[in-house]
Amino acid sequence: MAIATVSAQLGRQRVFDVLFRGATRAFAGLVLLLLGGVMVALGVGAWPAFSHFGPAFLTSTAWNPVNDQYGALPAIFGTLMTSLIAMLIGVPLAVGVAVFLTELCPPLFRRPIGTMIELLAAVPSIIYGIWGLFVLAPFLQLTVQPFLIDLLGDIPVIGVLFEGPPLGLGMLTAGFILAMMVLPFITAVVRDVFLTVPSVLRESAYGIGATTSEVVRSIVVPYTRTGIIGGVMLGLGRALGETMAVTFVIGNAHEIHASLFAPGTTISATLANEFTEAVTPLYVSSLFALGFILFVITFLVLAAAKLMLLQLERRAGT
Amino acid sequence: MSRYGRRRIANRVYLALSFAATALGLVFLFLVLYALLRNGVPALSGPLFTQATPPPGSAGGLANAIYGSVVMTITATLVGTPIGVLTGTFLAEYGKDSRLAAVVRFVNDILLSAPSIIIGLFVYEVVVKNMGHFSAWAGSVALALIVIPVVVRTTENMLVLVPNSLREAASALGTPQWRVIVEIIYRAALQGMLTGVMLAVARIAGETAPLLFTALNNQFWSTDMNAPMANLPVVIFQFALSPYSDWQVLAWGGAMLITLTILVLNILARILASWSNRSP
Repeated sequence: MAIATVSAQLGRQRVFDVLFRGATRAFAGLVLLLLGGVMVALGVGAWPAFSHFGPAFLTSTAWNPVNDQYGALPAIFGTLMTSLIAMLIGVPLAVGVAVFLTELCPPLFRRPIGTMIELLAAVPSIIYGIWGLFVLAPFLQLTVQPFLIDLLGDIPVIGVLFEGPPLGLGMLTAGFILAMMVLPFITAVVRDVFLTVPSVLRESAYGIGATTSEVVRSIVVPYTRTGIIGGVMLGLGRALGETMAVTFVIGNAHEIHASLFAPGTTISATLANEFTEAVTPLYVSSLFALGFILFVITFLVLAAAKLMLLQLERRAGT
Repeated sequence: MSRYGRRRIANRVYLALSFAATALGLVFLFLVLYALLRNGVPALSGPLFTQATPPPGSAGGLANAIYGSVVMTITATLVGTPIGVLTGTFLAEYGKDSRLAAVVRFVNDILLSAPSIIIGLFVYEVVVKNMGHFSAWAGSVALALIVIPVVVRTTENMLVLVPNSLREAASALGTPQWRVIVEIIYRAALQGMLTGVMLAVARIAGETAPLLFTALNNQFWSTDMNAPMANLPVVIFQFALSPYSDWQVLAWGGAMLITLTILVLNILARILASWSNRSP
């Protein structure tokens, strides 16, 4: 082969190299822009509502499309409340599953059971919604809620949480379904960080006669605390933004009640229900403002989760 | 009772609770699947796959919604996969320890868990508003934005697993870097990358929130990507919340179809992944 053709070929390859490298870099930049773009687009859409209502938008409980009056408080309250319930139920369950999978489960069943728990995350949100509406809500209405009302309704202070008729739909139902939906995400992280505990630590504890539960409580959990919190925050980020399942069972009322049985709404459920029906520009903009608030909250929670897990990774790397 | 006895009982209680938590998770999964089969199987019939969504009270199926879901899922995957693969390639091969890569990784992980309804709002503001109407294109874009972070993550993870000796051997023969990546690294990591794409497809197949105000819905059979298009998740949402029992039956049928498809995809992806781990 003549020298000229070889060097021409080499030159062409060099051009391809630069192009390919540039392309991968450009798309990596695109992913960055995407997050910024979402922030800006939501901000632009939300601006008319924020400038019209001012900071009062965050504290107002009005939600009246007829008078074009909007306030975010009931939706923010519902979002935080359902997520809180989900965490109270979901976190102990998720940690329990992780303990079972890492400490208790016979190795033969570890994979199938782990996979089935992970499949809980694969089932789409809308399926949990339709199941919650037609199966779980009637069940709660007829059995669990009357029982809770009888049991706890008369106790002062706590009783307020269990006031009102058992509707089946409401905060508690939404929180319970959310708990089952975030369970696999938290379990996955917690299980992974449990496995990072050096065997030496575990074995020395067993060696001085600790029981399994003592090893988990005094060795594994303290060692992996950051990771567990990171996993919980990740689950919280999911719960805050979960849309369809909640929309089916929350009851969709722009109200704030102390009772867990009362219907409410969340930011995402409001968006799912009302966005295509919003007629006035201020209505649409108020919905964008809700979306913007949700995005900021989830961004902060997810970023904190990610930073905690990164910190753990760095420690494991050294 | 002796202190040792108390500790043993505490241990038993503790482990029993962790077992109960696992059992509850599994029971929950089976209850959902059972309800889907019990309510979904009666909806299975020929017209389900051949007729378009009916007005309340008359017979019909989900053909237009199935078509719409398949088309938008495929379009979104075709758009999102190359972007995700190239970004993942940057993170694993070119960027690695650079500042840009660290930031992209961080942002990608946030996008991975970001609420999908926010993606819908974003696409509404950027695409639907500028086009002036809802469309299947907008729906596909929204789904593609959900595919990207999933593919980025799995691609990077899989490329990092490819042994460096392969890269060095190829480079020593004078292979340009882009050919090393495309013809050797990609080939070595192919199964893992396919797994990622399958998981992404499984993820978007049931996504409802981002389609609500992008693709919207369509009562009729339509193949026009420039017009609103029916899709299973939104039809399920609309029909399940309707007061008409024949619509609710169709909603259950659609729900069963989607869930079974997604579970099969997930299990296939796992089998594929365990294969690729076995034969490096």
